Amino acid sequence: MYAQMVKADGKGVKSREEMDAEERAFQDKIDRDVKIEPKDWMPEAYRKTLIRQISQHAHSEIVGQLPEGNWITRAPTLERKAILLAKVQDEAGHGLYLYCAAETLGVSRDDLLDQLHSGKAKYSSIFNYPTLNWADIGAIGWLVDGAAIMNQVPLQRTSYGPYSRAMIRICKEESFHQRQGYDLITKMAQGTKEQKAMAQDAMNRFWRPSLMMFGPSDKDSVHSAQSMAWKIKINTNDELRQKFVDQTVPQAEYLGLEIPDPDLEWNEERQSYDYGEINWDEFYQVISGNGPCNKERLGARVKAWEDGEWFRDALTAHADKKAAKKKKQQQDAA
Amino acid sequence: MSKEWPLWEIFIRGQHGMSHRHVGSLHAPDAEMAIHNARDVYTRRNEGVSIWVVEAKNISASAPSEKGPLFDPSNDKVYRHPTFFDIPEEVGAM
Repeated sequence: MYAQMVKADGKGVKSREEMDAEERAFQDKIDRDVKIEPKDWMPEAYRKTLIRQISQHAHSEIVGQLPEGNWITRAPTLERKAILLAKVQDEAGHGLYLYCAAETLGVSRDDLLDQLHSGKAKYSSIFNYPTLNWADIGAIGWLVDGAAIMNQVPLQRTSYGPYSRAMIRICKEESFHQRQGYDLITKMAQGTKEQKAMAQDAMNRFWRPSLMMFGPSDKDSVHSAQSMAWKIKINTNDELRQKFVDQTVPQAEYLGLEIPDPDLEWNEERQSYDYGEINWDEFYQVISGNGPCNKERLGARVKAWEDGEWFRDALTAHADKKAAKKKKQQQDAA
Repeated sequence: MSKEWPLWEIFIRGQHGMSHRHVGSLHAPDAEMAIHNARDVYTRRNEGVSIWVVEAKNISASAPSEKGPLFDPSNDKVYRHPTFFDIPEEVGAM
């Protein structure tokens, strides 16, 4: 979901008869819930698909810092500022865990970053929406991180060891993100009339983009079967989206916030909420670069990378100099 | 273009009395910076009392394909486990 449209490599799911001995042994391990580790044999398509999925997830964590970072200097209290700083720092950490996991599959960090900066790699559509008022920070923690958790919890059981371990670490920290968001928006929703209006405004803008985070509807999600056979995707997009809606509606009701969907209705038979059709055209526009903030986000990312180049180079030069000095001292002593 | 910082494997001692455990990796220009970065990346919630960093290229690993020859020999030595031996009940705990 932070990886919304990962195209699986290969030509669809092979039957056992079509697999060669190595592929069969590999699939057997996955079926028995034995983790695949970096040096183990794996099909090339599995490796490539995972690199795409994990890096897309990592890029989302990194770019995800930007909409929230926008409010650090304008947080209303010192406590909220400290919380937001810690939260944004966590996102950087999550990106780093995931980049490391991707690198174990034989891709370099610089290659991954190049793909992000050139626009070749994707990141979650949600981070291309602007954060216009302080309540948006609450909505992001509550809704966006809440949606992310839906997807990340099952991924702790994913078949690739390093990815699974990264997800376990991330999930441990993610609950803080969602709860601080809900706490923030609760204060707003229970505050003055103006504050409540800001909370509702944030809800109105973030609800549908949050539902889009789960990716295309199952009927249009063509790559799921292979990813599910490989256990790099555990639930379908619509399953998780439904779970998220069912979990979130009562939380919104508690706050007295209205869900901006006239078709939202409890379905007694399904014991679930029905919800309105999602504007998929908007989703495809945003994910392909034409959302409200795509240019701004990528521009800020590239600028940070380029502006930091002299600093990265200086640290490398310093390390090289120190190493040379040490070597000389050792030679002189010998 | 600047060159990529080397990769370091990070080991953290979670609490006193425990051994260091591998927690992940990161990029840093040298060992000193790797320790600083490891503090921020892997111990933001008080997860450690000590950090080891090792440049990834200095680690040698056993190959998964050698798993059999490497570990099988220890499989057939059941007498290494204390439960292999029956001690008469009269003797008591041993």
